[in-house]
Amino acid sequence: MSLLGDRQQLAYIAAQAADARVNVELETEGMTLNIGPQHPATHGTLRIIARLDGEQVLWADPSCGYMHRGYEKLTEVRSYPQVTALVNRIDWLGSFANEVPFILAAEKLMGVEAPSRAQHIRTILFELSRIANVTLFLGDLGVQLGAVTPVFFAFRDREYVLNLIEGATGGRFHPNFDRIGGLKDDLPAGFIDETRNVMKKLRGFCDQIEDLLFGNEIFQSRTRGIGVIPKDVALQYGLSGANLRASGVDWDLRRDQKLPLAYDKVDFKVITHPDGDSFARCWVRLQEVRESTRIVDQLLDTIPAGPIMAKVPKIIKVPEGEAWVSTENPLGEMGYYVVSQGDMGPFRVKIRSASFNNISITPWLLKGVYVPDIITILASLYFILGDIDR
Amino acid sequence: MSSTTDTPTETPRDDVRDAEIARVCAALGSSVVDSLVKPNDDMWIRVTADAWRSTAETLKSLGYTYFGFISAIDWLPSPYGRGEDDPTAPPVERSSVIKQGYAGGDTRFQVIARLVQPFSTLGINIKVDVDDSLMAVDSWTQVFAGANWHERETHEMFGIGFNGHPDLRNMYLPTDFEGHPLRKDFPLLARMVKPWPGIVDVEPLPGDDSEEEGDAS
Repeated sequence: MSLLGDRQQLAYIAAQAADARVNVELETEGMTLNIGPQHPATHGTLRIIARLDGEQVLWADPSCGYMHRGYEKLTEVRSYPQVTALVNRIDWLGSFANEVPFILAAEKLMGVEAPSRAQHIRTILFELSRIANVTLFLGDLGVQLGAVTPVFFAFRDREYVLNLIEGATGGRFHPNFDRIGGLKDDLPAGFIDETRNVMKKLRGFCDQIEDLLFGNEIFQSRTRGIGVIPKDVALQYGLSGANLRASGVDWDLRRDQKLPLAYDKVDFKVITHPDGDSFARCWVRLQEVRESTRIVDQLLDTIPAGPIMAKVPKIIKVPEGEAWVSTENPLGEMGYYVVSQGDMGPFRVKIRSASFNNISITPWLLKGVYVPDIITILASLYFILGDIDR
Repeated sequence: MSSTTDTPTETPRDDVRDAEIARVCAALGSSVVDSLVKPNDDMWIRVTADAWRSTAETLKSLGYTYFGFISAIDWLPSPYGRGEDDPTAPPVERSSVIKQGYAGGDTRFQVIARLVQPFSTLGINIKVDVDDSLMAVDSWTQVFAGANWHERETHEMFGIGFNGHPDLRNMYLPTDFEGHPLRKDFPLLARMVKPWPGIVDVEPLPGDDSEEEGDAS
């Protein structure tokens, strides 16, 4: 695998040598390119300062902080039930998924476990937020590479999923639906049938995108072999989610971790790809949407009856202790290290968000690539600004 | 806190983690100050500051190749925050005694890191005390490249240095920002100038014990 990673570096060295021969007569001057903080091809306010030599990147330095909201500090002055409203806004495209690990960490410290119906519905909503999130990625991917059509399909079909989430929770983007010990409400009437229809539509969307984008020659030539991340590098940078699985690491926290969620009741495949390039990352995400629709379908068949709230006191005080819970969020591994000192609010919360680690590889990854590939690589790494800056 | 050997017998046993922590402690030798296993949950160790970098190397060779995170904890009880949502109310009396967490500690600041064994998902939380006068530990960037940004963030938020880090620039805040926001003695200004509307959330519900009334009013 490391050979593949070296190929990029070798290509750069060869190009440098070729340039050096030319430069004997033609002196070139380096140039600093500033991408962002507001650039149509970036997902938000990530700014990248790239030093160029001709068309090649000598070094690139992502500059974060344009959306830093200090959630780790704010959690220290809020009570546990209020924190979910904050963490909703970390990865805003898959908000419900952000609430789950925090609530699970609080439940672990309290020794409470949600009833099985609540766990089941949590898992359904978790997967729905993954579908909503990654659907938009698949459309946005096209836009960043210059294809405008897929994004319209993506926005259309994501709306069906958001309608489901809104129907169940009351919020399209920020559900704030998870409670310590269960859920705020039960599922609304007609949710199950409606969800089945939407899952069918989403599988159609995946086929459409696969035809439109992944079968497209331009798309393939712009993503194949671009931004290769070898397995060992991916692990030591702490990459997670589809970025890690696209480097051939067969690791999915939904399958490999024992958590009080309903993943052990369903049968699903963990998608991996051996190449580790931009194409692999996009392809893995596409297949994961398909798998998620299958997971939701299976979960809809087996929702157990029963209460949706465990018995918890009205004013929640969490006993002293420390807990770490992480889940496989749409963007990757999202975890909370919660320190409690027996108060109504947490003493310290460390939010380990997926995009922070995923994007920290960019200085290494962008070295030696060509300028248009910067956008391809950033698009395929898939980050949400709120998830980097918190 | 309790070490592995004196775990009460009535708690459930976790043979996998007990064996794992024994393996880790044997490999690290005298650099382990304390360790803790919560059955079927997680593992904690605390190492000496001198051995901070060699701990990373040893754990990496033991199979903990997946880098989770690095951060820090300020154990000082905050003189600000909860209970001061209303700036007109007199400040709440609070104890300044430092209560340490799992695997103990002797200093106000502790750096905490997490490493995972990729295919067994056994994770380990590693803590180290940060000496108040030095305010620095060794950097992990040579062992785990991903530690780079995490150490920058920790440096900016807590003022803890990392010896050997290539570039400890600020990650989020302007270069001339003064103070370290995640320290407990750094005031949350937004809370100090205006009462927080979320205060109504912690009012006691009708029919509850009246003891909570003091907190909310």
